[in-house]
Amino acid sequence: MLELKHIQKYYNPGTVNEMCLFEDFNLTIQEGQFVSVVGSNGSGKTSMLNLICGSIDLDDGKILIDGHDITREKEYKRLKRIGRVYQNPAMGTCPNMTILENMAMADNKGKFFGLTRGTNKQRIGYYKECLRQLNLGLEEKMDIKVGNLSGGQRQAMSLVMSTMTPIDFLILDEHTAALDPKTAERIMELTGKIVQEKKLTTIMVTHNLRYAVEYGDRLLMMHQGKAVMDVAGEEKKNIKVEQILEQFNQISIECGN
Amino acid sequence: MDFLLTVIEQGLIYGILALGVYITYKILDFPDLTVDGSFPLGAAVTAALITRGVNPYLTLPISFLAGAAAGTCTGLIHVKCKVRDLLSGIIMMTALYTINLEIAGTNNVPLFSKDTMFKNAALSGIFGEKIPVYVKLLLILAVVLLSKILLDLYLKTKSGYLLRAVGDNDNLVTSLAKDKGNVKILGLAIANGLVALSGCVFCQEQRVFDISSGTGSMVIGLASVIIGTALFKKIPKVKTTTAVFIGAILYKGCVALAIKFFDPQAMKLITAALFLLILVVSMDRKRKVKSHA
Repeated sequence: MLELKHIQKYYNPGTVNEMCLFEDFNLTIQEGQFVSVVGSNGSGKTSMLNLICGSIDLDDGKILIDGHDITREKEYKRLKRIGRVYQNPAMGTCPNMTILENMAMADNKGKFFGLTRGTNKQRIGYYKECLRQLNLGLEEKMDIKVGNLSGGQRQAMSLVMSTMTPIDFLILDEHTAALDPKTAERIMELTGKIVQEKKLTTIMVTHNLRYAVEYGDRLLMMHQGKAVMDVAGEEKKNIKVEQILEQFNQISIECGN
Repeated sequence: MDFLLTVIEQGLIYGILALGVYITYKILDFPDLTVDGSFPLGAAVTAALITRGVNPYLTLPISFLAGAAAGTCTGLIHVKCKVRDLLSGIIMMTALYTINLEIAGTNNVPLFSKDTMFKNAALSGIFGEKIPVYVKLLLILAVVLLSKILLDLYLKTKSGYLLRAVGDNDNLVTSLAKDKGNVKILGLAIANGLVALSGCVFCQEQRVFDISSGTGSMVIGLASVIIGTALFKKIPKVKTTTAVFIGAILYKGCVALAIKFFDPQAMKLITAALFLLILVVSMDRKRKVKSHA
């Protein structure tokens, strides 16, 4: 269970550009929940993910995982239990290393990186098996550098790599935004499959309202650092894209754009 | 013939330095100016130990460790004090000047009458009073091969993978729940260890320690790495760790030739011009674009 309690976050504090993003923001995500988050630019979606992962500091409040306070824990330590896929497909892989080397590193997440052989030959079969489910033919190109792959292929790899080891949370930060519609569809299907198979607690930020409706069992709409819409369970199942769009338009009218 | 031999010997010695620069410049993507201080650091440590009668072969690992310590300091300044990469190197380079003087005692320590790794009782015992010239080349080759093979092996370990990953995409290292700062520090330590090792061999080959020997070593290292990688870009069979040695020998050859035809006083100018030429030809000027998407 993830809890955000009384989160305060200011940008540019003490300057004329001071901006309060979160003021007393609260959110609880139950174990096994798949939360889709939508909202306009600057509404605090990505900032929320960054706060959870520790990429940015918060000014006040608490972040708890299973009751354990991680507010002051360093980013790299938190990521031991969190898998994250970024909007930019280049963020999740090493371009100058081969597919095999990338997979081997991901496989060793959370363990000690010592002076033993980087790639365990006995695991290659398993890596190929993981890549085969992508249907991209990557399992035949194990010795090709990841930099030679397309954005979609890399994003698929990032997804597989970040969910290879046991994790508590999967954080998806607009992970289909940089992809063409067909590839995005494929990655989304894959995401749904992996989340279901591994029963991961997932937070997915997306601008695609259809994905937000189709996937996940809870929907959150963010606006100016607040959750203006929060539906789960049956209500979420019956929600339509039009309803979200309507809510979206209302927000926009309030803002005057 | 003598000319060629000197070029190859010096090229190989500076190749060890280039191996270190390869780690920082190519793998870590960190412009590390510590090199100008850690190269004479290796030499100063060696001179101090040899004048005190320490076995010359022992100076090799000790110099490596001294260089690694200097690299660690640069890393700590960069990572813990959050000083920019270039500036942390400059700070350490400046500090090392005094430290080197302190270690060596003066700015020039002749070792002509002392035992070195190329001239000692054990070698004379095997080869007779007059040690053949090729022995020196073989000894240098041994150090070169040892450092190259060890580095190759290291880069294939899990720790080596992380080192390569941190320069490639440090975000992934964080995702793997590892502190990228520590990996950078480790990389800088290994790199400067190799640089100091190069300084150690250089000092014994020249049989003199000179405080100014480090000036411009960064340029030599960079030029060797850039020549080596540019030449063998199209031939993936040749490892970069091999290519940098060939680059170093070629670079030393070019400089030696240039000095033959020009006034030796113009050396630094020739070096600079040559370096510029290499950069222009190899097209290595543009910084890597961070996002590859």
